[in-house]
Amino acid sequence: MKAVESSTITSMFEEIKSQADSYWRKLVDSGQPVIVVGTATCGRAAGALDVLQTIREELERLGVDCPVFEAGCLGHCYAEPLVIISKPGYPPICYGYVNPVIAERLVREFVVGDNPCLEFVLGALEANDLVPSFDDFPRATYEKKIVLRNCGHIDPTNINHYIANGGYAALAKVLQMKPEEIITEIKDSGLKGRGGAGFPTGQKWEICRNTPGRPKYVICNADEGDPGAFMDRAILESDPHSVIEGLIISAYAVGVRNGYIYVRAEYPLAAERVRIALRQAKKLNLLGRRILGSDFSFDIKLFEGSGAFVCGEETALIASIEGKAGMPRHRPPYPPTSGLYGKPTVVNNVKTLASVPPIIANDAAWFASIGTEKSKGTAVFALAGKIVNTGLVEVPMGTTLRQVIFDVGSGIPNGKRFKAVQIGGPSGGCLPESALDLPIDFDSLTEAGAMMGSGGMVVLDEDDCMVEIARYFLEFTQRESCGKCTFCRLGTKQMLALLSDITLGEGSQADIETLKTLASDVKAGSLCGLGKTAPNPVLTTLRYFEDEYQAHITEGRCPALMCQHLIAYYILPDKCERSCDACVGTCTVEAISPNKKRIKVIDQDKCVKCNTCLTACPPQYNAIVKISPPSEVPAAEK
Amino acid sequence: MTPRAKAKTQNNKADSAEEEARNRQETLKVLQRFGRKQGNLIPILQKVQSRLGYLPREAMVEIANHLGIPEIDVYGVVTFYNQFRLNPPGKHLIRVCLGTACHMKGGYITLDAWKRRLGINQGETTPDREFDLDTVACVGCCTMAPVTVVDNQPEGKVEPTKVDGILLAFELERGAKGQEAAQ
Repeated sequence: MKAVESSTITSMFEEIKSQADSYWRKLVDSGQPVIVVGTATCGRAAGALDVLQTIREELERLGVDCPVFEAGCLGHCYAEPLVIISKPGYPPICYGYVNPVIAERLVREFVVGDNPCLEFVLGALEANDLVPSFDDFPRATYEKKIVLRNCGHIDPTNINHYIANGGYAALAKVLQMKPEEIITEIKDSGLKGRGGAGFPTGQKWEICRNTPGRPKYVICNADEGDPGAFMDRAILESDPHSVIEGLIISAYAVGVRNGYIYVRAEYPLAAERVRIALRQAKKLNLLGRRILGSDFSFDIKLFEGSGAFVCGEETALIASIEGKAGMPRHRPPYPPTSGLYGKPTVVNNVKTLASVPPIIANDAAWFASIGTEKSKGTAVFALAGKIVNTGLVEVPMGTTLRQVIFDVGSGIPNGKRFKAVQIGGPSGGCLPESALDLPIDFDSLTEAGAMMGSGGMVVLDEDDCMVEIARYFLEFTQRESCGKCTFCRLGTKQMLALLSDITLGEGSQADIETLKTLASDVKAGSLCGLGKTAPNPVLTTLRYFEDEYQAHITEGRCPALMCQHLIAYYILPDKCERSCDACVGTCTVEAISPNKKRIKVIDQDKCVKCNTCLTACPPQYNAIVKISPPSEVPAAEK
Repeated sequence: MTPRAKAKTQNNKADSAEEEARNRQETLKVLQRFGRKQGNLIPILQKVQSRLGYLPREAMVEIANHLGIPEIDVYGVVTFYNQFRLNPPGKHLIRVCLGTACHMKGGYITLDAWKRRLGINQGETTPDREFDLDTVACVGCCTMAPVTVVDNQPEGKVEPTKVDGILLAFELERGAKGQEAAQ
């Protein structure tokens, strides 16, 4: 029986594949230029939709008929909006910082004409003799794209693009394997959960498979709540099918008929693209009843969250799907033995699932050859904050933080000094310069006091106050605490009050000890990851930057000039130019006026410290400074 | 009651009996498409809110009846999640992102600017129901920080001067509409 079924699966998939291939060939070998616009949320925030519209209008005006499609995120978010033009005779070229004016020129001069507008080029997608390619960038030395393999290159709303690029081949392959074989393959690959905790994926599947009880469930956790992280959003917006394929494979391996993708409410575009992808997969019988003619049936429901950070925790997420407030419960029992509606349930992160199809398509040994001895594969990071190349990167495990920040991310902008990198969001910590040579893997980051987390990496420079960032995270976890455990509910509140006092310059020495005691109590007295890790940002900043706490407490001074209560804006009279009025006009509260000598003066009572004047002051004068403590502003100004 | 829950309950009443009846009608229409199990609660609330703009008392009562669960359970879920609101929204939704990157790049300053210009605090609506000011944990556009989501469209690099620019654009739009109406 198996042999017959196996040939059905192969022939059904071959048919789908050949259709997708011919669609794809018609697109790329049409002899026409192909225009791709990156319209993930990051691109949209930069104005990609305007660019797209301009391109369409301009093509129509000129009467040119060439394919234009929307893709996701290429990872070079710093240069958004991005446009890729593949014209026969030229390599595929990616243009950065495109606005409607540039877009119009690109259409007129390159698509219609023959001038590739080299002045707007970011890089070519493949090596060539005309323009440098992304492979020539220093970051290419470190990058290895497995999870992000298709992101930015294919149309996420068109399943043919995914299939033509090797998609769903892994599914066709697993349907001809025994579930146990798949679990062994995933176990051999060494894949660990990418949501932060790093539990071995194959083992999780096996436990769930071996637990009696029906029905079972698989859930994709796309409730990416960490502020400062956007990997899962980018993957779902750019390549939703890779996640869906991974989820179907996990369902087959575990023996499940129903699955969920839980997308957080703040990601409407990701949810939309998943919805489209699910519909298309069902249409081609890659999802639904008797997938590809096999006797395996599986259906996926999209579940949209409603805005609660704690729902990223698996038991809270499950409660949320059950229609309850998202409160975590005690573990064990872990979801693989008792999860959704008390049934065995596998909850996997987006990146974990997106890693599954490549592992099956290649093999376990291939995946295990990447990374370090204990952490296999790649890590996806979202680079943000004070870093030149903000965006998405994927590097093998074991790459050092320094390589990611300085070589891939090109370091700190504006000639500022690196101070710390915040990893793992509210559960992670701030690591200083001395920790930069740590290899990125599950163990070493935890040792340093941070954690792998889901992959948000926010770089901080000398202008960022470490007390303030600790306060910021505490405010976040305190607000998002579900309130079930006393220590998490009240302990974080007390910690926040202490930290707020310190940032207001009203802290005392005793506060630091109290903070440390409370931190260990909150860790010990909380059920879920939110409470257990909430003190991490405070503990790491205290560990590495205690001098900043001391400056706030003893001198009422914020060394980074960030805490608003501890700084004042001041115009240096000998630098201020009499004929310049730049700051006066931009001041949002009309607090700046010229004195008799036409030197500008800030009315400290009116000033709201919005920083606008400081950015408006022309660089040749640089007359506006921040002073801390504010009492140091010369008396005359007050 | 937490301050957040309190802010949510302001105005949680329909303006008139007709409106209340209409809200009830709309809710019932949504409920027809859902089964009576609790797992449907959150999708139902989302659908009702997308139709009515908020979750008035009468809607919550109808939903509780439909699912056969106590009203307090519906209310508990509504106040637990950030996306649900108990008062009618303003015409324009301003949501200031306070993710890590946005905060460190001055999102708190942007929020101050919005508060100052609109004359309201976060979680409030302007008296003329034009604007609604709120914060959001992170919209994942960290590379464009500081971000403000204006009517579901994320705007990058929103500093106090851009706040003024966005408000000016709304004002011009309103002026243009007013002129059209006058003609």
